[in-house]
Amino acid sequence: MSEKNQEIKDIGNSYKYGFADAEDYVYKSGTGLSPRLITEMSRMKGEPDWMLHNRLKAYEVFMSKPMPSWGPDLSGVRFDDIHYYVRPSERPAVTSWDDVPEYIKNTFDRLGVPEAERKHLAGLTAQYESEVVYHSIKSNLEEKGVIFLDMDSALREHPDLVKKYFGTVIPMTDNKFAALNTSVWSGGSFIYVPKGVKVDIPLQAYFRINAQAMGQFERTLIIADEGAFVHYVEGCTAPIYSQDSLHSAVVELIAMEGARIRYSTIQNWSTNVFNLVTKRAHAYKNATVEWIDGNIGSKISMKYPAIYLLGEGAHGEVISVAFAGKGQIQDTGAKIVHAADNTTSNVLSKSISKGGGQASYRGLVKVSGDAENVKGNVRCDALLLDGISRSDTYPTMLVSNPKVRIGHEATVSKVGDEQIFYLMSRGLSESDALAMIINGFFEPFAKELPMEYAVELNRLIKMEMEGSVG
Amino acid sequence: MSTPLIEIKDLHVSVEGKQILQGLNLTINEGEIHAVMGPNGAGKSTLSNTIMGHYNYKVQSGSIIYKGQDIKDMTADQRARLGIFLAFQYPTAIPGVSLGNFLLACTRSVRGEDSVKPLPFRKELFAKMKELGIPQEFAKRYVNEGFSGGEKKRLEILQMAMLRPSLALLDETDSGLDIDALKVVAEGISRELAANNTAALVITHYQRLLDYVKPQHIHILAGGRIVESGGPELALQLEKTGYDDIINKYLK
Repeated sequence: MSEKNQEIKDIGNSYKYGFADAEDYVYKSGTGLSPRLITEMSRMKGEPDWMLHNRLKAYEVFMSKPMPSWGPDLSGVRFDDIHYYVRPSERPAVTSWDDVPEYIKNTFDRLGVPEAERKHLAGLTAQYESEVVYHSIKSNLEEKGVIFLDMDSALREHPDLVKKYFGTVIPMTDNKFAALNTSVWSGGSFIYVPKGVKVDIPLQAYFRINAQAMGQFERTLIIADEGAFVHYVEGCTAPIYSQDSLHSAVVELIAMEGARIRYSTIQNWSTNVFNLVTKRAHAYKNATVEWIDGNIGSKISMKYPAIYLLGEGAHGEVISVAFAGKGQIQDTGAKIVHAADNTTSNVLSKSISKGGGQASYRGLVKVSGDAENVKGNVRCDALLLDGISRSDTYPTMLVSNPKVRIGHEATVSKVGDEQIFYLMSRGLSESDALAMIINGFFEPFAKELPMEYAVELNRLIKMEMEGSVG
Repeated sequence: MSTPLIEIKDLHVSVEGKQILQGLNLTINEGEIHAVMGPNGAGKSTLSNTIMGHYNYKVQSGSIIYKGQDIKDMTADQRARLGIFLAFQYPTAIPGVSLGNFLLACTRSVRGEDSVKPLPFRKELFAKMKELGIPQEFAKRYVNEGFSGGEKKRLEILQMAMLRPSLALLDETDSGLDIDALKVVAEGISRELAANNTAALVITHYQRLLDYVKPQHIHILAGGRIVESGGPELALQLEKTGYDDIINKYLK
């Protein structure tokens, strides 16, 4: 048994993406955030005045808002020690990998990003520190009017469209970190899919933090016009440092009538990154929004993808997995607001904790008083790999209308000796047996991912098991 | 036929601090079928779990020589790769893992990665499923999840068929089966044992499985030891007298 416990303890201790590049930057701000830095950065980007004003206003909101009074302890986030803006290259996002600085291109090669782009993506943005260094989109999509740009380029090339929707789903006053992002955002993706256009192949963004004590604040806005469809995938990694970094994104989705947006995340930050993200969608009549959210890495993650079902017949889906290893807190969940008749939602949350890690589901399902014929379901499954790890569930249901159906179910289980023995008696090594049990537990999530990402997820889990076999 | 496959000598085993096996001796030659019978709590499941290498079963003394080497310090997966198979009395569910993927991984691990190609594997798997009356779509379902007791037992025998062991430990494979299901499972066992010259240790309370599997040797386990051994007639005699005589003779 002691051998087995040792193996279980070691799962998740190997992080493959922890390498770092030497810094060779055009601009790197000192530590701390100030109106002066915000102004300087906005000038460097050549932004319109309204955006600078918006940023400065958000800075005031950020300064005046308290830290969240609930959830994990965020006292380790030292706002004054963070570098808020790092510009790796003089050039704005380029469309050929040959034009990306050599060392950055090599890093993305090591992460397998260009290869994934060639094989199974319709478009890609690659962000390094504060800026998107590369973006591409297949020409047939461009011809159909699909816009897929980094947010800075979108602000330059489509200022009216950005101005119309920016901050309409997540106002700067929503929470302290949304305000922070709004004041110092840089990079991220902008997608507009015109009426009736279906983007069958996923678009992807990859985010890489390289410097120590870095703050990355990308801003993403996706608009699917009536009847449109888009699947967007994001991935992220960072080197391992002793000093913590902060990743605080804001992601806004707008699904117009009959549109569908699927947003998939494999978050694999190193364990010195605070990942405090605000993600929210508006779904109009008969629209569907799906958040497929995988949290493997980071030190503390706080992320509760939200869907506001604003139009009749809208549907929302949040399927998430979290892996909390030693020293990690995954405080994740979902927020669904049923604000119209005949709206439906489904939340499935799966978490694994080990080595003292903590995984919590924090969720809210709210039904507006006058919404009729609403159906919602929440299911949380937690798997504990040892006796020192934790799993908590904080579900909140706010339902004033008695004629709605909201279900909730939660389970907690431990990897049983009997399961391990059963698989070992069939010739599988102990680590393979554990990997198989964990893959099986994640299966309802993995089957929602595109094949390549499901394989990647399996590989990640398997790798973390293998690192444990002495 | 008389080469010893497994020789268990003076085996003492405890489970969670409790002494269960106390000086058990048993030898099974290649291809031989042995049955172990005995009252509840005699240590029958302890014997099969110990041979398979369950980490809760501590061997305190004695030896288990299998194919000429002492396996008592080996892990269960090492033993499986040496050709030992245990059909569980209560097979464990592995949610989210399809039977097909599970069997492919196991078969590769036991028979060797290179000797198992996906296409021939599928063909063989579906043929074996057909023989055991298992619907093909079960391959997509999760391991032991949502199956009836009888279906689970069939799936155990399916695994045995795919892994082609030298020694099969069948732990109350007949329990929970109705007459028809018993027939299918028992015929499957006999067929697979014969096909691969697999030796078997059949653990059971009842004669009815033995009518099909036809062991050459019967052992009676009581109080952690084999107290009587004999031919098929011993099982028939037990069927008449029950375990009371045994209990009175050896345990009082």
